[in-house]
Amino acid sequence: MRYLFRTSYQQDLRAWRHGGDVFWYGLLIVLVLIIPFVMGEFYVGEMGGVFIFAIAGVGLMLLVGYTGLISLGHAAFLGIGSYVNSVLLAQGVPFLITLPVSGLFTALCGAAIGRPTLRMSGLYLAIATLSFGSIVGTVFQKWTAVTGGFDGFAVPTPYVFGVSVEGATGVYYTSFAVLLFVLWVSVNLLRSPIGRAMVAIRDSEVSAQSMGIHLAKYKTLAFAISAGITGLAGALFAHYVRFLAPDAFDVLLSVQFVTIVFVGGLGSLRGAILGAIFVRLLPQAIAIVRDDLPFGIGRLPGLEPSLFGLVLVVVILFQPGGINGLWLKIKLWFQTYPFMRQASGRRQKSYARSERLR
Amino acid sequence: MTVLFEAKDIAVRFGGIRAVDAVSFTVERGEIFSIIGPNGAGKTTIFNLISRIYNTSEGQLLFDGGDITHTPPHMIAKLGIARTFQNIELFANATLLQNLLIGRHCHSTAGYLSQMAFLPSTRRAEVRHREKVEEVIAFLDLQRYRDSLIANLPYGVRKVVELGRALCTEPKLLLLDEPSSGLNVEETEGMGFWIEDIKKDLGITVIMVEHDMALVSQVSDRVMALNYGKVLAMGTPRDVQTHPEVVRAYIGGDVEMEV
Repeated sequence: MRYLFRTSYQQDLRAWRHGGDVFWYGLLIVLVLIIPFVMGEFYVGEMGGVFIFAIAGVGLMLLVGYTGLISLGHAAFLGIGSYVNSVLLAQGVPFLITLPVSGLFTALCGAAIGRPTLRMSGLYLAIATLSFGSIVGTVFQKWTAVTGGFDGFAVPTPYVFGVSVEGATGVYYTSFAVLLFVLWVSVNLLRSPIGRAMVAIRDSEVSAQSMGIHLAKYKTLAFAISAGITGLAGALFAHYVRFLAPDAFDVLLSVQFVTIVFVGGLGSLRGAILGAIFVRLLPQAIAIVRDDLPFGIGRLPGLEPSLFGLVLVVVILFQPGGINGLWLKIKLWFQTYPFMRQASGRRQKSYARSERLR
Repeated sequence: MTVLFEAKDIAVRFGGIRAVDAVSFTVERGEIFSIIGPNGAGKTTIFNLISRIYNTSEGQLLFDGGDITHTPPHMIAKLGIARTFQNIELFANATLLQNLLIGRHCHSTAGYLSQMAFLPSTRRAEVRHREKVEEVIAFLDLQRYRDSLIANLPYGVRKVVELGRALCTEPKLLLLDEPSSGLNVEETEGMGFWIEDIKKDLGITVIMVEHDMALVSQVSDRVMALNYGKVLAMGTPRDVQTHPEVVRAYIGGDVEMEV
């Protein structure tokens, strides 16, 4: 087990805890960078998809896992990012401008939806964001002049400094770069006052307010940041699918994002990435074993959504920390071997908070 | 001594109930002012009025030379009023250190973009906040819990952490809502010493709602007794405790008549 010896406050402000973190994450980055040289196009494409979902997952994690607000409308933000990016590209705007613009525009949309839903929480917020998602979906279908409606929209090839970033490898590297950027911003936020304000709102609104946190301002900001990051993912998603159709951004996609956050582990950026890997690889795993399943289970319609639902329920019931929580437990088991016990991961029973002012 | 806080005829109605009815009191700089009264007397409601979680129906709240009757709740901390809660409202899934740093929120001036990029200015500000927080940690002797999650801390420690979080806002006026509730005798005694230290060493004015009369007598300069939202008595702890109205409110007024 590693004990950290702290000698300055700066040490606690670092994005990593110790040299081991730098080494392992550095190694991971190097591995990710050389994968396209080693693996086939199909796998590189799938990994690109994982990165894009991880970006959206990080965005939703900031909202759900850190601010404690739920959103079932994040597919709409992904869609807005996709269409803004593609439409601007078609107008001849360079990709290095359309990418940040799609993020910023989606952030504005997020602030616009965040503002009126401030007074809601829990189920009501879920319903409000759900209906926002379906409204935006309808706009994508009906506003044919811009989106092309159900005829679809062929996404133009993006160029970065004159080099086309088309194809699986291009999407792979661009998405990875954006993922690293988004993670950097998120880590920064979480170690500064904004991130702490978000956590405070999640854990107790009334005392957050008494500590001087402007609830409306920070909730709107959380929505905007979350939507903006998802918009960036959307811009990349357009290049991943190469052909935009409105029905890609439906409720099922929003549910997938929520699954990423819950299965990955609430309140952890690592969880968002692990969740994205899980959500993207589950359909592949199903596809591989589909034909070998007995009694024709593999050919049942709706197998995939029901498996997603089942996994979500099982995780919430038995592993509330998600994959990240599982990983932490395994790590603790090795670190404290042989002292880990059944109750080691359990929290002390907390006292009921009656008379809560909400 | 000068007046730091004054409530002028404040009242609040919830439907037909007058939870607080024409209550007036002044709190002087550097004193510990206790509010006592039976359950439902309106003590916590007064706190919620001062921290602006509830709106006053009537009356005026004056603090440090300004009118705070209509100040939005998130501005109260910046003005210099901090509070604790009866049933502990800490941020349970954050560490003690993070909880205290949230107490520094009202003093943070870093811009959004500067925070997103964690510019050197934000970094320096964070170190300054941390130094302030460490002073509070040292003051309240919380060093060993610094990195523990609040959810894993014992109840007595959480009470002290909440006190610490309020101190991190560098308040002029501290509102303590039942600081001893849920604590054992020893912890209550410790809490009494912290409160006296806060007054003596930090020079912070304290308004305290409390049931434990031993603690009230130990630390308070003046006491106000409430019942049904109205002031029964005000004065030194001894005077108030022996005041016939107060005795009647606690023990029951009909005792003599029944005998």
